[in-house]
Amino acid sequence: MKLARDTWLIFQRQLHLLLRNPVWVFVGVFQPVMYLLLFAPLLKPALGAATQAEAYKIFVPGLLVLLAIFGGLFQGFGLIAELRAGVIERSRVTPVSRLALLLGRSLRDVVSLMAQAVIITLLALLFDLRVFIGDLLLAYLMLALIALMTSAVSYGVALKVKSENALAPLMNTVAQPVLLLSGILLPLAFAPGWLQGVARWNPFSWAVDGTRALFSGDIGDDRVWQGLAIITVLAAAGVYWAARQFARSVR
Amino acid sequence: MIETRGLRKSFRSRAGRETKTVEAVRGVDLDVPAGEIFGFLGPNGAGKTTTLRMLATLIEPDGGEATIAGADLLKDPGGVRRRIGYVAQGGSTWDDSTGREELVLHARMYGIGKAEALRRAARALEAFQLTEFADRKCKTYSGGQRRRVEIALGIIHEPKIVFLDEPTTGLDPQSRAHMWDEIRRLRADGMTVFITTHYLDEADALCDRIAIMDHGEVVAEGTPTDLKREISGDVVQVGLDVTATGEAEKLFDGEEYVNRLEPLDEGGLRLFVDEGATAIPRILRRVDAAGLDLRSIELHRPSLDDVFLTKTGRSLRES
Ligand SMILES: Nc1ncnc2c1ncn2[C@@H]1O[C@H](COP(=O)(O)OP(=O)(O)O)[C@@H](O)[C@H]1O
Ligand SMILES: [Mg+2]
Repeated sequence: MKLARDTWLIFQRQLHLLLRNPVWVFVGVFQPVMYLLLFAPLLKPALGAATQAEAYKIFVPGLLVLLAIFGGLFQGFGLIAELRAGVIERSRVTPVSRLALLLGRSLRDVVSLMAQAVIITLLALLFDLRVFIGDLLLAYLMLALIALMTSAVSYGVALKVKSENALAPLMNTVAQPVLLLSGILLPLAFAPGWLQGVARWNPFSWAVDGTRALFSGDIGDDRVWQGLAIITVLAAAGVYWAARQFARSVR
Repeated sequence: MIETRGLRKSFRSRAGRETKTVEAVRGVDLDVPAGEIFGFLGPNGAGKTTTLRMLATLIEPDGGEATIAGADLLKDPGGVRRRIGYVAQGGSTWDDSTGREELVLHARMYGIGKAEALRRAARALEAFQLTEFADRKCKTYSGGQRRRVEIALGIIHEPKIVFLDEPTTGLDPQSRAHMWDEIRRLRADGMTVFITTHYLDEADALCDRIAIMDHGEVVAEGTPTDLKREISGDVVQVGLDVTATGEAEKLFDGEEYVNRLEPLDEGGLRLFVDEGATAIPRILRRVDAAGLDLRSIELHRPSLDDVFLTKTGRSLRES
């Protein structure tokens, strides 16, 4: 009860501050739309897809997972600014739930990702993408879990390193192989065997596969529950670890 | 109201390859009575902030114990948090929030309902003369206005004790005087106020009791008056040329009526004597006989800096 109330309190505050800054809202909408409009047209010939709609079925889920990963991973920068301003320390002297300090923030990140995802999906519908609503909602759940995990981890790391200069290279180093080894932009079906073998160890690769299966209408595909299960476990672990950092972070 | 025994904290910091251990606080015993302004006086790095952060449950002590307003620091940190307010040295407001938003949020983090939080925020803004700026972003505030918002945040839940870490550092003289009035008002409202400072005049004028801290230890505790009285006698300040200071030091070192002496950076000596009135003629004769060029001679009562000097062997102004 207290956890829910405190989480809601922090969430409201964070969302309010986000919406107050129109630049971020604009960037958040503008960027994915650019991908969709400028990058996607290359895909039909590149993927050898029969129609533009086919190409979107492959590309849109990848783009959404990409946004979920990156949207989350770079949230730590905002937290470092809050640390520096003393806002985190000020929160930590109150009896507010430590888990709520994390969840309220991560929830804001999940919600802003969802808004991006809906905009992209609607746009893609204009380009003849078709997906069942049930499949789509399950795909959104996957995205929400990914964003929850990456933002929690980013916050946890931010509390540990406490400086932008340390956080930036760290997050880039993590993000790059994750991106290259997940088949996000192009499916790994095109990759040589060894690359596919390495990618099996990348949880995001499973998430992308699962999301693609959902966009293709294969809700019964094993990759769907496998992807969801892997991401759920990782999200729980990430949240647990990051909340501990909020409970004991120094300065 | 606050009782600590043997509170300790050390930090390990890495400089290149070496790990150094800094003993920031080494065994602090304090007894702070209710309803007073208690001051922690000490130079930068003395361990004031670290002690405060331990008492505010922000960092765990390595050893020792404390009871704060009846709650045990180690066994009941939640209880401590509800009873205290804490205002950090480095600020705690967010640039893009308004003062009112910050106050409402902070009250709500203490579990206060929305309507009541709004009422309290309005009341606090009024009390700290901030109503005019209440709905402007914090980044537009002056240093003094922002500090007032931060103090208001620290007491929005009406705690029994409020810790203010260097509340007047960086403020101009007028804002500083204003802040002293605010702090006295908190005491008048029945709160126990625990401040840290490295300003001698602040400790002297504002605090009912002070503890002098140096290198992680409390070296003296008492009311400013008592601490000064402890150092018996008077201080005679003799102004000389910088080049003559060394010679004068030798000259007065052996004099039986001089209890202790301290050279001055600007040239001259501070002589601690039992009675100024009888010492001054003798000092003058000695200076004259040695052919030194006397610039000034002043007699005064020991200051808190003299207390600090007696206890630590250094002047607080220099450290
Ligand atoms: N988080 C920390 N990590 C390492 N050293 C610290 C940390 N916090 C304080 N210190 C060190 O502990 C000592 C006491 O610092 P502090 O309590 O801030 O002193 P004060 O508030 O009296 O100026 C200083 O030497 C400081 O460098
Ligand atoms: Mg300090």
